[in-house]
Amino acid sequence: MYLFFGVFALLLVLFGLSIVTSIFLGARTMEWTDVWNSLWHADSTSLEASIVQHRVTRTLFSLMCGAALGISGAFMQSVTRNPIADPSILGVNTGAALFVVAGIAFFHIQSAEQFIWLAIAGAILSALFVFGIGSMGSGGATPLKLVLAGAATSAILSSLVVAIMIPRTNVMDQFRFWQVGSVGVGSWESIRLFLPFLIVGILIAFLVAPALNALALGDDVATSLGVRVGTVRFVAALGGVLLCGVTTALAGPIGFIGLLAPHLIRLLLGSDLRYVIPLSALSGAIILTLSDVIGRIIGSPSELEVGIVTAFVGAPILILITMKVKMRDG
Amino acid sequence: MKRTHVYEATHLAAGYENQMIIEDVSLTIPSHQISIIIGANGCGKSTLLKTMARLIKPLAGQITLNGTPIQKIPPKPFAKILGLLPQSPIVPEGITVVDLIGRGRFPHHTFWKGWTTEDDEAVAEAMEIMGVTEFAHRSIDELSGGQRQRVWIAMALAQQTDILFLDEPTTYLDITYQIEILDRLTDLNKKYGTTIVMVLHDINLSARYADHLFALHKGKLVAEGAPSEVITSSLIQQIFDLQCIVVEDPIAKSPAIVPIGKYHQVDSAR
Repeated sequence: MYLFFGVFALLLVLFGLSIVTSIFLGARTMEWTDVWNSLWHADSTSLEASIVQHRVTRTLFSLMCGAALGISGAFMQSVTRNPIADPSILGVNTGAALFVVAGIAFFHIQSAEQFIWLAIAGAILSALFVFGIGSMGSGGATPLKLVLAGAATSAILSSLVVAIMIPRTNVMDQFRFWQVGSVGVGSWESIRLFLPFLIVGILIAFLVAPALNALALGDDVATSLGVRVGTVRFVAALGGVLLCGVTTALAGPIGFIGLLAPHLIRLLLGSDLRYVIPLSALSGAIILTLSDVIGRIIGSPSELEVGIVTAFVGAPILILITMKVKMRDG
Repeated sequence: MKRTHVYEATHLAAGYENQMIIEDVSLTIPSHQISIIIGANGCGKSTLLKTMARLIKPLAGQITLNGTPIQKIPPKPFAKILGLLPQSPIVPEGITVVDLIGRGRFPHHTFWKGWTTEDDEAVAEAMEIMGVTEFAHRSIDELSGGQRQRVWIAMALAQQTDILFLDEPTTYLDITYQIEILDRLTDLNKKYGTTIVMVLHDINLSARYADHLFALHKGKLVAEGAPSEVITSSLIQQIFDLQCIVVEDPIAKSPAIVPIGKYHQVDSAR
C-alpha cells in the first residue's frame, strides 16, 4: 500500500513535469510571462500566445493518447496472458490503418469523425479475425497461437495497405500520417471526439480489473473462482481494441506505449491489475508526452514525430523484456 | 463448520470434441469426507473432476447441487460453495504469496464492496492452515515446489468453499511434501468438515488418506466405497493391468498394494 502511494506520488510529479515541459519547451522556448499572458488573455493574438495555445491542446491530446494506449496495452497483455502483447503485435493497429487507407482511397473519406469509425471497425474486425484463427484447433485461443495469428495477420494487412497505396500517390501523402503517429495534429475537435471513448475505456478497466486478476491465474482457476471467462475476455479485448482504434484514427499508429507503460508499473508495483491499469494510463500519458517534447527538441526547428521517438526508446526495451521472458520460461 | 450439500452426478458423459472420456458415471460425493479418485493414466480422472467442477460442459447426464442442476447456479454463488485447484495454474510474474492467496477472495467481492477485514481474516486463516504465513511477503518465484503447492492450496482455501476439489495436488513433489500436504488437507477436513475430492496417483497414499474411493477404468466408475472394501488385487488387475498382493499398511491399517513383476514373483520369493 505504501509502495502504491509512493509510486503514485512519483507519477503525479512526473505528470506535472511533463505538462510543464510540454508547454514551455519545443522549437521555441517560452518565458513564464508569455505562458501566463497567453493562458489568461485568450484574446491575445501574439505569436507566443498562439504557440502556447497550440501547445496546450497538443499536451492535452498527447496525455489522452498515452493514457488510452497504456490501458489498451494492459488489457491486451491480460487477455492474451502474454507480456509482449501490444496493439501493434496483435495486428489491431494495422487493421485500423488498412480501413482508414481504404476509406481514403475508395470512398474519399476526409473527416476525423469518419476515420474514427473506420479505424474502430478495422480494429475490431482484425481482432476478431486474429481471435478466430487463434481459437482454431485444440486448446482454444492460447497466448502463443494468438501472437502467431496476430503476426501473420499483421503481415497480410500491411501488404494490403501497401498494395492500396502504391498506385495512389495522393493517398501515400495522406497516409504518411498513419505510418508514423504524431500528436501534433491534436485539436480541440479531436479531443472532443476522443473523450467519450477514453471514459468508456476507463469504466471498463474499473469493472473488469478484479476478474482479470483472477484470469491471470489461468482459465481453470478463474472459472472455479466464479469468473465468466469468455465474457470478461471479450469485454477487456473490446475495451483494448476501442482505445487503440480511436488513438490510431486520431494520432496515427504509435507503437510501444502499450508495451512500456504496463511493464514499468508491473516492475515497480507487481501484478495487481487494480493498480496496474490506472497507473499504466498515467505512465503512458507521461511517457508519450515526454517523448513528444524530446521529438520537438531534437527535430528543432521542425519536429520529429512522436511515433519515431517511442520506437527509438521502445525497441531496445522490447528486446530487454523479451530476453527476460525467455530466461524466465526456459 | 462447513455446510452439508448433496452433490451428485447421474449418467454423466463428458469429453472433448466428440471424444468421449467419461461414460455413464453416476455418483454422490460424500459430504464432510475425503474422497479420492484413482485410476490409470488417461482413464478420465481429471476430466471427471473438471466436469464435476463445471470447467467442462457434460455431453450427457446431469450434475446437481442440492437438487438444482449446476448450470442453473450463477458462477459467483457456485464459487462460494465449490472450489477447484487445477493441475497447473499460472503464476503471474513477481506476485507475492499474500497477493496470490488474496485472489481466492474473488467470489466474495462485488463491484461496490471492496476489500474488507473479512478478506484479511480469510487470507490469514488460509495461510495458517497451509503453514505459509512466514512466507507471506515473499515472491512465489523464490519458493520450493512443496511450499508453492501449499500456497496454491491456501489460495483455494481463501475462497472458503464447503467443497474443495484438487487435481493431483502432490504430483512432482518429494514424498515428505506429499505427506505434509495430505496431512494438512486432513486437518482441514477434520477441523472444518470441508468436503474434499481429489485425484491422486499413489494408490497406497489414496487408501491411507481417503474415507471414500472412486475407482475409474476407461471412463467408467468400476468400484467405490471405503478403501478396505475397494482395494483388492482383482480391482488393481482390472484398472491398472497389474498383478499385486494386498497387505495391511502396518502404520495406517489401510490396505496397501505390493506389485508383482517379471523378476519378482510370489513363488520366487527366496
